[in-house]
Amino acid sequence: MTMEGTKKKNLFAKGGWKNYITYIVIIAFLAIMIILNLTVGLGRGDKSTLARIAFSCILAVSLNLVVGFLGELSLGHAGFMCVGAYLGCFVANTLRDATALPELVVVIIAMIIAGIVAAIMGFVIGVPALRLRGDYLAIATLAFGEIVRCIFKNLKIFGGAKGMSTKIYNNNTLFILAFIVLLIVVFCCQNLINSKHGRAVIAIRDNEIAAKAMGINVTFYKLLIFIVAAFFAGIAGVLYGSTIGTIRQETFSFNYSIEILVMVVLGGMGSINGSLVAATIITYLNILLQNQLSGSLAPVKNIVYALILIVIVIFSNAPALKNFRESINPKAILARISKKKPDASVTRSDEAKWDRIPTKINIDEVLSADTRSGYADDPVPPGEDVVPMEATKDELYRPLDRKEEK
Amino acid sequence: MVIAIDGLSLGAIYALIALGYTMVYGIAKMLNFAHGDVIMVGAYMIYTLCTLTWTTGSLPIWAGALIAFVVSIVVCTLLGMVNEKVAYKPLRGASPLAALITAIGVSYLLQGIAQLIWGAEQRSISILDRLGTVRVGTVAIRWSSIITVVCGAILMIGLTLFVKKTRTGRAMLAVSEDKGAAQMMGINVNKIVSVTFAIGSGLATFAALFYLPTTAISPTLGSMPGIKAFAAAVIGGIGSIPGAVVGGILLGVVEVVCNSFEATASYTTAIEFALLIIILLVRPIGLLGKKRRVKV
Amino acid sequence: MSEYVLETQNLGISFGGLKAVQDANIKIKKGQIYGMIGPNGAGKTTVFNMLTGVYLPTTGTFFLNGEELKGKTQEQINHKGIARTFQNIRLFSNMSVIRNVMVGLHNQPQYKCNFLTSMFRLPRHFKIEKAMREHAKELLRVFDLEDERNNLACNLPYGKQRKLEIARALATNPKLLLLDEPAAGMNPQETADLVQIVKKIRDDFDLTVLLIEHDMKFVAGLCEEITVLNFGTVLAQGKTEDCLNDPEVVKAYIGG
Repeated sequence: MTMEGTKKKNLFAKGGWKNYITYIVIIAFLAIMIILNLTVGLGRGDKSTLARIAFSCILAVSLNLVVGFLGELSLGHAGFMCVGAYLGCFVANTLRDATALPELVVVIIAMIIAGIVAAIMGFVIGVPALRLRGDYLAIATLAFGEIVRCIFKNLKIFGGAKGMSTKIYNNNTLFILAFIVLLIVVFCCQNLINSKHGRAVIAIRDNEIAAKAMGINVTFYKLLIFIVAAFFAGIAGVLYGSTIGTIRQETFSFNYSIEILVMVVLGGMGSINGSLVAATIITYLNILLQNQLSGSLAPVKNIVYALILIVIVIFSNAPALKNFRESINPKAILARISKKKPDASVTRSDEAKWDRIPTKINIDEVLSADTRSGYADDPVPPGEDVVPMEATKDELYRPLDRKEEK
Repeated sequence: MVIAIDGLSLGAIYALIALGYTMVYGIAKMLNFAHGDVIMVGAYMIYTLCTLTWTTGSLPIWAGALIAFVVSIVVCTLLGMVNEKVAYKPLRGASPLAALITAIGVSYLLQGIAQLIWGAEQRSISILDRLGTVRVGTVAIRWSSIITVVCGAILMIGLTLFVKKTRTGRAMLAVSEDKGAAQMMGINVNKIVSVTFAIGSGLATFAALFYLPTTAISPTLGSMPGIKAFAAAVIGGIGSIPGAVVGGILLGVVEVVCNSFEATASYTTAIEFALLIIILLVRPIGLLGKKRRVKV
Repeated sequence: MSEYVLETQNLGISFGGLKAVQDANIKIKKGQIYGMIGPNGAGKTTVFNMLTGVYLPTTGTFFLNGEELKGKTQEQINHKGIARTFQNIRLFSNMSVIRNVMVGLHNQPQYKCNFLTSMFRLPRHFKIEKAMREHAKELLRVFDLEDERNNLACNLPYGKQRKLEIARALATNPKLLLLDEPAAGMNPQETADLVQIVKKIRDDFDLTVLLIEHDMKFVAGLCEEITVLNFGTVLAQGKTEDCLNDPEVVKAYIGG
């Protein structure tokens, strides 16, 4: 095979094409919107909706790194965004006053600085993350988010309780900028996850004890993921500031962190594409419901939102509904149509092997295998009766379930 | 003196809410984020029923309030149990994160419904603060604070005795240790989980009553004390009943003390949560949490 | 350089008042396949946990090629050259078979790569990914798992999961391999295969092996020397034959 041939195969190797699909869909979506904007002309609200969708996607993808891939529950993602929004926009305001740089450059510098500051905060919160696990970490991140909010509320240079005013970026190009940033973020996250480092992170999630025993530096990777996620959240904060005009600390409350978490969970933990879809739908739904249901009907939005959430989570997670879920799983249906038996090959080949081997196990031997074998001339090794625990493919991993704890 | 009593009374409120968190966590291994909103529902129930009995009936004020309160407890207890049956029970055995998200959903749902029924505007009602103040030496102490502390103490002692002495209580301990083993020993786990939610919600209603003198009623009433009580439960070591009490009182006192100084008043929340983080860093399992060894 | 690959000196640990292991002195020469047996609860796995840094020994210490490793973290001990498998299999169950092995290869010096290199897909990323994949395939071939490489680890039958765990441990390029009940749950054919595999990897990868096993035939077929533990203390030590015929050992097992 020629060099080129190998390379092509690499690019489109198994699973690879999925990543490219993501980019293609995002670019196509953006292109359609740009064309629509140039021809028909999108409304002001539509364009800011697009920008909102883009930064929601960034937030969801970056939180998915922590929750989905690392398997640690973080309830303070809005806190990182808050830090980024305030500091980034502060830098942008200062730059605008002091220099005559073009707006785009100002925003990019602001984003980088916001990202770095948020990343430092990620490091700060990541250090306790190494000592805490599961629910304790969740509450620590929640506390972090509230602390950040409380501090910004009281700092006069950031506008205090009234909020800090920012310059709204040109409405016609903001959403393009936001989507380009989103593309970069998705690119970085997917590459990170699909590399040896991503493998190490997923290994930590799947089995931290085994990961340690394999020499994976758990401390380093937990910190790394916290820092990267915080970096992107900080960038999203600047985009938010450029969309909204005034940054208020109330926005970044615990509820906002939860909303991002909901996007991640509904999209599927550990699925970047899922996060993108869920973030888009939820953001759009939110804005739609907000616009449609005003006045005394406003609470209906919360109710609809809550009901959707509960129903989806119960449907997709309840153990009792497992068979039903499998019966409507598109993959399973496809497999049934093409008359393939899904994933049975593995166990099947093993069954054949077991049949080939003539073993005579009588119950006494099995019961006493642990103590007796090896002394009598016993042809049956112990542990024969151990039934393998066959976990199924679609069983959700359980980040908080420390079953091994005794 | 005033600060001490106020701190203790706020601490007692937090402790009552934290008990709900900690018990549910101990039994069902899930964080019941909707717990704060049960307080909110309780507060609204007390408000509505009180106004109802006071305006219509010829009952004396205290009797009306008592009836309102008892009915509220019943309603909240039922609400807690229904919550559990509808939203959490189907998810038992699934990822705890799923249950957490449902709890968040329930929280939004309760807030939405409350807003739909009672509207977004704040309301207030005076029940316990009608009792006025008592003079001890030179300072005036609110009766409501004293009642809160005393009732809180009685409830907590009662709960501890309930868990230690009664059959159901011991069954609860067993379930929190090992659900599977408890089930095999013939304990009806479903019933125990229901009872736990019921007790937690009942305590939350008490918290609502005690919380009313210092706050206005709104659909988001429950979220802040909810989160803070959650923090208190974690400070004390989540899953531990005395831990929840200690954590709640610690947080309550810190809050009142911080509020009393001008320099720290606006940073109260930050200080409280910083305290949480510091305690977790020093003792990752909380003050009175039990250490669990990871078996390899 | 010490004569022994692994040497433990009075290794012991107590949990609260319970002395789980006391005064374990084990010496393993290079290239040896060494067995550790004992009734359930004798403290065998606890010894493994101390040797891999999961537990900190309360008394005594241990050396790998003369270097004291007590007090090091699990990661550091792995880097120094001790790899292990687990009694209750601990694979990365949501990963494919080959990726499990690639995690084991993670810290090999030839595959070092900065995370930014991976994030921005620099050429080095592709190069080492490819090399790691090839390396992992080779390791899987040893265990006859090459055809399963794209299956999820959790979908493998039990015996193959055990083999995969060994392959993964081997990928970390250890000097000493600790196998915790490697034959548990295997059928006779698989057990017989495993004996050959363990011998083969010992020779091919220049290993020393310490294993825990209840299957006496397996132990007798593989190990030249064994240590018998009972209630956390060493009951007998030495040549496999002698130990197995030791009346004390028989008594401990049969409970006479």
